Amino acid sequence: MNLKLKIWRQPNASAPGKMVDYQVSDISGDMSFLEMIDVLNEQLIETDEEPVAFDHDCREGICGMCSMYINGEAHGPDRGVTTCQLHMRKFKDGDTIYIEPFRAKGFPVIKDLVVDRSAFDRIMAAGGFVSVNTSGNTMDANAIPIPKPDADEAFDAATCIGCGACVATCKNSSAMLFVSAKVSQLALLPQGKVEAKQRVLSMVEQMDKEGFGNCSNTGACEVECPKGISLSNIARMNREYLSASITGDK
Amino acid sequence: MALIQSSIARKIVMAVTGLFLISFIALHLAVNLLTLVSADAFNEASHFMGTNPFIQIMQYVLALGFILHIAMGIQLTMKNRQARPVAYAMNKPAENSSWSSRNMIVTGLLILLFLVLHIKDYFWEIKFGDMSMQSDFELVTTLFQNPLYTFIYLFSFILLGFHLDHGFQSAFQSVGANHYKYTPLIKLLGRIFSVIVAIGFSAISLYFYLSSL
Repeated sequence: MNLKLKIWRQPNASAPGKMVDYQVSDISGDMSFLEMIDVLNEQLIETDEEPVAFDHDCREGICGMCSMYINGEAHGPDRGVTTCQLHMRKFKDGDTIYIEPFRAKGFPVIKDLVVDRSAFDRIMAAGGFVSVNTSGNTMDANAIPIPKPDADEAFDAATCIGCGACVATCKNSSAMLFVSAKVSQLALLPQGKVEAKQRVLSMVEQMDKEGFGNCSNTGACEVECPKGISLSNIARMNREYLSASITGDK
Repeated sequence: MALIQSSIARKIVMAVTGLFLISFIALHLAVNLLTLVSADAFNEASHFMGTNPFIQIMQYVLALGFILHIAMGIQLTMKNRQARPVAYAMNKPAENSSWSSRNMIVTGLLILLFLVLHIKDYFWEIKFGDMSMQSDFELVTTLFQNPLYTFIYLFSFILLGFHLDHGFQSAFQSVGANHYKYTPLIKLLGRIFSVIVAIGFSAISLYFYLSSL
């Protein structure tokens, strides 16, 4: 198939950017979206033009690097997939495809489609961990009995890959789905309960510092999330936050 | 206001004031529906609302609820706008969220304009106006003889319905009440409540407009 692409080009973080038109031809429906961009970049290299910079790593839907806003939706029109898992068969011959970086104050553009998501790392560093004694006789985590439903729910939350689609798609650029998944995966397990109060307070504080917006429960994040993280995590975070702010030390 | 800095604390204030305003709307509708029963029934209820000491105190709580809900709603919207400095060239929000959930500030501000008009028309008249020549019931029915007024009121009730449809279930989510067993029920109740509010208030206005023809 032949496609018309409109891609955001921005040479660096401080320079202004703009949408630039490109054409690609003979794209197979079996290609992934990233392979289609690879084809475009080969084309650009041959004509001595600067290739389109984009993030990618695993190309199997687990690293969460391939952050693109495709035709008005995070990771494109398909559901439950990252950009690398999006097949070109979701598009038709002659389509025009808009490709933009994830947009949020908390995710500044580094170049073209690459954004800086280290705000997520700073939120994790603020409390998204469990303190474990590594003195040499570390206890096997599996030795603690955990009810199967709790383990499953924690695991569902832990499937969040931190891609940022929730922020990109939210009309308020809120990071609450991400933060709530990270709060939940630990709060549901006995090892995480020890630091639960401090964790939720610190992570939410850092989230607010990073300039993300406030959740207004539109539910867009849940729909666009490639891993199907549920809104019930946000409700859990709200509960945890409410009780921690009343009874916690901070 | 500056005390409530955290995003989640603000969400909770929006939710709690919202739920309080919802309970007020339910009471308001119940009293208004008495206009369809008889003039005396409504006048009696209206007199009770205007003189009962508990209701008199609650008036100030209600005013505070409105002010907090409106001020925080505007403040949150402004903050949220700042969280995305560059807009998308192509965006399809309808693919993943409802119109009412995305336009709470639009429906909210229009309802605020209606509220100003509504307070001037009724609350102010009954509280401070010269009511010696007419009963509360007559005041209500006289205003709905005007087609423009009736239209403004009907339009506002529809907006209120949309605002409540998202607001009702959203308030529960914000205070942390979300469970696969009862959340569908909350959403359904929210929808039923919004429809009853929109149709209930509209029916009263329309009834008195049509009776005046």
